Amino acid sequence: MTMTATDADHLKIEAARIFSRKRMVSFGVPLIVLAYLTYIFFAFDVPGLAKRFEIDNARALVADSYSYKTHVSRDNRTGDVSVSIEGERKGTYAAGTSPEWVALGAETVIDLGKGHVVTYGADNFVSYDIPGYGMITAQPSRAKGVQAELPQGDVPEWINSSKNRLTVTTEEGRLTVTRNRTETFRYFIGWELFWFTLDSPYHGMGPVEVMNRALNGEAAEIWSDFWNNKMWRHADVAWAIFETILMAFLGTMGAAMVALPLAFLAAKNFSPFTVVRQITRRFFDFFRGVDALIWTIVLSRAFGPGPLTGALAILITDTGSFGKMFSEALENVDEKQIEGIQSTGAKPLQRYRFGVIPQVTPVLLSQILYYLESNTRSATIIGAITGGGIGLLLTQAMITQKDWEEVSYYIVLIILMVMAMDWFSGWLRRRLIASDESGH
Amino acid sequence: MSELTGDTDHMRDEYMTQVRRKRMLDGILLIIFVALMMSGFMIADDRNAGGFWDGLHRFFDFPKEVLGEAGEKIAELPGHLVKFFPSLIETINIAAASTLIGAMIAMVFSLLSTRGLARWPRLIPLFRRIMDIMRAIPEIVIALVLIFIMGGGPVPAMIAIAFHTAGALGKLFSEVNENASLKPVEGLQSVGASWIQRMWIGVIPQVAPNYLSYALLRFEINIRASAILGFVGAGGIGYELKNAMSWGKGQYDEAAAIFILLFFSIVVVDQLSSTFRERLTHGKKVKMKVTA
Repeated sequence: MTMTATDADHLKIEAARIFSRKRMVSFGVPLIVLAYLTYIFFAFDVPGLAKRFEIDNARALVADSYSYKTHVSRDNRTGDVSVSIEGERKGTYAAGTSPEWVALGAETVIDLGKGHVVTYGADNFVSYDIPGYGMITAQPSRAKGVQAELPQGDVPEWINSSKNRLTVTTEEGRLTVTRNRTETFRYFIGWELFWFTLDSPYHGMGPVEVMNRALNGEAAEIWSDFWNNKMWRHADVAWAIFETILMAFLGTMGAAMVALPLAFLAAKNFSPFTVVRQITRRFFDFFRGVDALIWTIVLSRAFGPGPLTGALAILITDTGSFGKMFSEALENVDEKQIEGIQSTGAKPLQRYRFGVIPQVTPVLLSQILYYLESNTRSATIIGAITGGGIGLLLTQAMITQKDWEEVSYYIVLIILMVMAMDWFSGWLRRRLIASDESGH
Repeated sequence: MSELTGDTDHMRDEYMTQVRRKRMLDGILLIIFVALMMSGFMIADDRNAGGFWDGLHRFFDFPKEVLGEAGEKIAELPGHLVKFFPSLIETINIAAASTLIGAMIAMVFSLLSTRGLARWPRLIPLFRRIMDIMRAIPEIVIALVLIFIMGGGPVPAMIAIAFHTAGALGKLFSEVNENASLKPVEGLQSVGASWIQRMWIGVIPQVAPNYLSYALLRFEINIRASAILGFVGAGGIGYELKNAMSWGKGQYDEAAAIFILLFFSIVVVDQLSSTFRERLTHGKKVKMKVTA
C-alpha cells in the first residue's frame, strides 16, 4: 500500500514535470518563432520596403497582363500617322490601314468609345472631346511648344499640362502631346494578336469562320500563320517547353542509371569493403553538397549555354541524391528473398536479378518519378541561369520590362507544364508499381 | 495420370507464353527508353551552344582555374571567408524564414484540406487545388516578378520560397494529418472547443514531430533555393557569387571562397537535419513501444 502510494506520488511528480515542460514548449515555441520573425523583419529591412516598392511597376505589370493598348501616333514634323499595337514594329498596321475605330484621312478621327473622340486636324492641331468636361485643344509647334487650351475652371488632376507637354489620362484612353509627337492610347482587354498577327489574312476573323476555312482546305495555312506568329512565337515557346522537359528527363534518368550501380558499392549488405563504401558515400555527399547552382556555373563554362548543360547539372546533383537514397533502399532489402533464390541454386547475378531488383524497383521508381516532377521545376530555374528552355524565355521577357503579357503567358505555361508532369509521373508511378506487384 | 501431365504441360506452356510476353514487353519498353535517351541526348547536344564531346575535356578547366587562383592567393582566403560570411547568414536567414512562414501557411492549408478535420468540408477540393498551384510555381518566377516590383533584396526571395514551400509542405502535412487520431478532436468537440482549439490542442501535438521532420528536410532544400535566387538578384551569397564571377579571370579567389562557404553550409545543414530527423522518428518509435 505504502509502496503504491509512493509510486503514485512519484508518478504525480513526474506528470507535473511533464506538464510544465509541455507548457513551456507550447508557449516557448511560438515566442521563439515570433522573436525570430521580428529579427527577420528588421534584418531584411521590411519597413524600408515601402520606399523601394514601385507601385507604377506593379500597376503596369498587372494592367499589361490582362490588357493591351493600341497606339495612334503622329509625327508632328512629317505629319505621318501610324497605328500600332503596343507600339511594336511587329504589330504595326500597314500604311493606309487602321482598325475600325480610327478613321484616317485629311483629319484622323479616333473614337475611344463612350463619346470620347480625339481628332488630329490639319497643321498638327489636336482636339480631345471629353463628354461631361469639354473640349481640350492643342496646337504643337516647334517654336511655341504645345499651346494647350483647356475648358474654363480648375485643371483636374488627370490632366497634366505644361509648355512642352500635355497628358490627358481618362478611363477610355490617354493622349500625350509634345512638340514632336502626338500619341493616343486606347486600351483593350485580352492578349493582343495571340492567334494571328496583322499581316495574316486570318487576323480579326471569328473562330467560327476560321474553323470553316480550315475545313475548306486552308488548315495548313492557318496553322502556319498561328504557329509562326511573330509576336508570340508559339513555335519557339513549344520548343522551349520541350527543352525544359528534356533537361529534366535526361538529368533524372541519367542520374538514376549512374547512381544504381554505385549504390550497390555504398550499401552495407552488398559492399564488403568499408573503404570502397566510405569513398562512394563521400562522393555522393560531394555531388549533393556542391549545389546545382555551382554545377551549372562550372558546366556552362565547359559546354556553353543550352539544354545539355542543364541536363548535366541535374544529372550530377541528383546522382548524389539518388545514390544516397538507393543505397538506403538496398540496405533495407529483405534477406529472406535472396536466401530463397539462393536455395534454388542461383548464381550471384541471378540472386541480384530475382532477389533484390524486384524488391527495390517500386521504391526506386517512385523516387525517380518524384524527382522527375521536381526536376521540371529545377530545369526551369537552371534554364534561367544557364540559358535554355522556358526559363530563358521568361527572363528575356522580364528584361524587356514591357512584355508583361508574355511573362504571364509563360508563367501560366510553366504552371501547366509542372502540373502536367506531376500528373504524368503520378500516373506512371501507379501504373508501373501496380503492374510490378501483380507481375512478380 | 495422363490427364494430369497434360494439365501441367498446358499450364507450363501458358506460363512460358506469359513469361515470354512479359519479357518481350519489358524489352520493347527498354528499347523505347534507350531510344528516347539517345535521341534526347542528341537533341540536347545539338541545341547546346557547345557540344558535349568538345566540352568534355574542358570540364576541369574552370575548376582548375578557380582552384589555381585560390591556391596562389591562399593567404587572402580567410579574409574572403570573413567578408562573405554575412551574406551566407542572409542566405540561411532567407531559407529559415521562408521555411517557417511556409510551414505555418502549410499547416493551416493542410488542416483545411484533410477529410475529417476540415473547417469547411466542401471546400477541401478548393484548398487542394490552391496547394497544387502553389507547389507548381517555381520559386524563380515569383522572385523575378517581385524583384521587378520591390527591387532586389532578401524579401522577394523569402516570399517566393515561402510560397512554394507552403504548397509543397501542405501536401505532405495533409498526408500526416490523415493518420492523426480523431479521438482527441471528438473529445474536445464534446466539451465545446472551437475549430482552432480542436486543431491546436487535439491535432497539432500528434503531428508535430512529423511536421518538424518534413520542415527540416524542406529547410535543406530551401538553402539551395535561396542561393540560386541570389544569383538572379535576390540578395545573399548567390548575389555575391554572381558579382565575383562577373569580374572574371584573376578574381576567382573570391568565387572560390564563396564556393567553399556554400558547400560547407549545405553539408553541415544536411548532416544536422538528417541526424535530427533520425532522432525525431527514432524517438517516436521508442515512445510508441512504451505506450504499447
